Amino acid sequence: MKMKKLLSMILVAAMSLSILTGCGGNDGDGSTTGTGTNDGSTTDAGSDDGSTSDAGSTSNAGGASGSWKIGGIGPTTGGASVYGIAVQNGIQIAVDEINAAGGINGVQIEYKFEDDEHNEEKGVNAYNALKDWGMDILIGNVTSAPCVAVAAETANDNMFQLTPSASSPDCAKNDNVFQVCFSDPNQGIGSAQYIGGNALASKIAVIYNSSDVYSSGIYERFKSEAANQSFEIVAETSFTDDSNSDFTVQLQQAKDAGAELVFLPIYAKEAALILTQADAMDYHPLFFGCDGLDGVLAIEGFDTSLAEGVVLLTPFVADAEDEKTQAFVSTYVERYGETPNQFAADAYDAVYVIKAAIENSGATSEDSVSDICDKLSAAMTQIKIDGLTGSDMTWAATGEVSKDPRAMVIENGVYTEFH
Amino acid sequence: MSFITYVISGISLGSVYAIIALGYSMVYGIAKMLNFAHGDVIMVGGFVVYSLTSSMGMPPIVAVVCSMIFCTILGVAIERIAYRPLRNAASSLAVLITAIGISYFLQNIALIIYGSSPKIFSSVITIPPLKLADGALTISGETVVTIAACIVIMVGLTLFINKTKAGQAMLAVSEDRGAASLMGINVNGTIALTFAIGSALAAVAGVLLCSAYPSLSPYTGAMPGIKAFVAAVFGGIGSIPGALIGGILLGLIEALSKAYISFQLSDAIVFAALIVVLLVRPTGILGRQIQEKV
Repeated sequence: MKMKKLLSMILVAAMSLSILTGCGGNDGDGSTTGTGTNDGSTTDAGSDDGSTSDAGSTSNAGGASGSWKIGGIGPTTGGASVYGIAVQNGIQIAVDEINAAGGINGVQIEYKFEDDEHNEEKGVNAYNALKDWGMDILIGNVTSAPCVAVAAETANDNMFQLTPSASSPDCAKNDNVFQVCFSDPNQGIGSAQYIGGNALASKIAVIYNSSDVYSSGIYERFKSEAANQSFEIVAETSFTDDSNSDFTVQLQQAKDAGAELVFLPIYAKEAALILTQADAMDYHPLFFGCDGLDGVLAIEGFDTSLAEGVVLLTPFVADAEDEKTQAFVSTYVERYGETPNQFAADAYDAVYVIKAAIENSGATSEDSVSDICDKLSAAMTQIKIDGLTGSDMTWAATGEVSKDPRAMVIENGVYTEFH
Repeated sequence: MSFITYVISGISLGSVYAIIALGYSMVYGIAKMLNFAHGDVIMVGGFVVYSLTSSMGMPPIVAVVCSMIFCTILGVAIERIAYRPLRNAASSLAVLITAIGISYFLQNIALIIYGSSPKIFSSVITIPPLKLADGALTISGETVVTIAACIVIMVGLTLFINKTKAGQAMLAVSEDRGAASLMGINVNGTIALTFAIGSALAAVAGVLLCSAYPSLSPYTGAMPGIKAFVAAVFGGIGSIPGALIGGILLGLIEALSKAYISFQLSDAIVFAALIVVLLVRPTGILGRQIQEKV
């Protein structure tokens, strides 16, 4: 009897611990701040998108100070920190340029960036912290999962949100959220068309993260578009956040199926392990990824020679010839000591998009958060931007951007345009 | 041929689980407590080696020894500060909860010191991979070393427990703590020794885990720790050869269910297998059947 009791206890303990570590992976101290009800003054008023009335009088603590308070949120620590830091720096450069040139309509920008560790709860906490600071406009989040969580809050508050790089369509579901980067469906379709159109391979394997919205979103659209293309998907394999260290089974299946190209719609952390393990098993297909792979070269301790020849679809190429890109890259290298990736460029563009939208709409920093949001949302569909990540970028009311993707290849440890 | 490759990758994964499970099982067998912080001591061991080799440039062997010493001290300190005061608490759940607390404590300390961005750990093992069947099959040097280390540790621990005085004291404490102390055995000292050995093993396991799967973050130990715990229960918790068998079996089930059933379900299948084993053999594969006297 005693043994049975002990065993059941062990099992319960094992189960509860596995639940605990499930949250543990995301590091859970998010209990202190509730979701979006932090000070009562800002929340419920703007829940209706069209409401410009009483929301305004209560919700704008910061706008009255005579500057544009732009907040940014992204992971500056954690597994996705390469993206968050790039965005933080990219915004900073654009903000400094605009302020030096006299601000937006003569009003200076104040800028503050908060860390979300690529975690939903921390993202909402960061958003609340920025709201307390008096934020008018949000640039964020950098990654999809926290962006979806924060987008629900900004919709409640009717806060204008422009995400530089969160690509899930769920991020831009609400009318107040716009994207600078491609959405996941577009990346999936774009990748399939690029591989098919350039005849890069005829047999393709996919390794995706089934527990991640970004990765599985791209994969689903890639798969449906693949039916229209000349290549064949010979191995569909996946992993989850709980089993993301051993990829030999996935790679072996790809190898057995004779895949010439492995499509990796995943983030750089796992990609680094996949490249290492593929090399150890002497398997050298063409690896093809989306913007999540951007940053693989920046992982601490990673042998970058393993990433030679990796191709990724991304709208920004650091060695592009145009003057704008060159100026941005040289400023970035000078200030932060490394070549900017696509995320930095997306973030830089985001600030200029906001500037253009403000100038187009005639919103002022004295307006309430909710008024600014309504004016900017209307202006977004009318502006056309020539940025670092694409020329003639335009937006649909759904929040999705339209621009052309470009492919890059990693050669000698740097990104170069793929031909 | 691909079947054999899957088996090899299962054994590689399993050998890592096994080496973690050895420490788990030994501590449970003697102190009769589940040390859930074991996985995180592994992570600490990994970080110590990472710091010493990458930033201070120490040779790997010296770094591994330093890491073992550090983890031994850490393990004894955890036992002294967190577990001993609760040993006579009314509910044995108290120690279990403390262990979970320690686990989070270690993770958060590592977060503060190293941040949560993953580091790529350069393998400390320089043995070239074994190539079989004209290079079609590759067994990595890490796997060979891990399995060898498992066997050495298993034999060493068995000899230590059965042949030395301190080992006999451990057995006595595990059989009946009260009677052991009446016989003049220093129960606290014996349990502290158990934690010291268990933590030193954790450091070795950490180095081998990070060498085989070279990504190191504060959460590195959490999931392998749980899997290793399952492995220890699988093989019969408290049984040292059982930990080895349980670990290898677990790795094999995981790899083969990924390869032939479903990637998404592989973790669920591992736990389902555990439940089946426990239904048939409630004390695990090599667990001792204990007769309760009524």
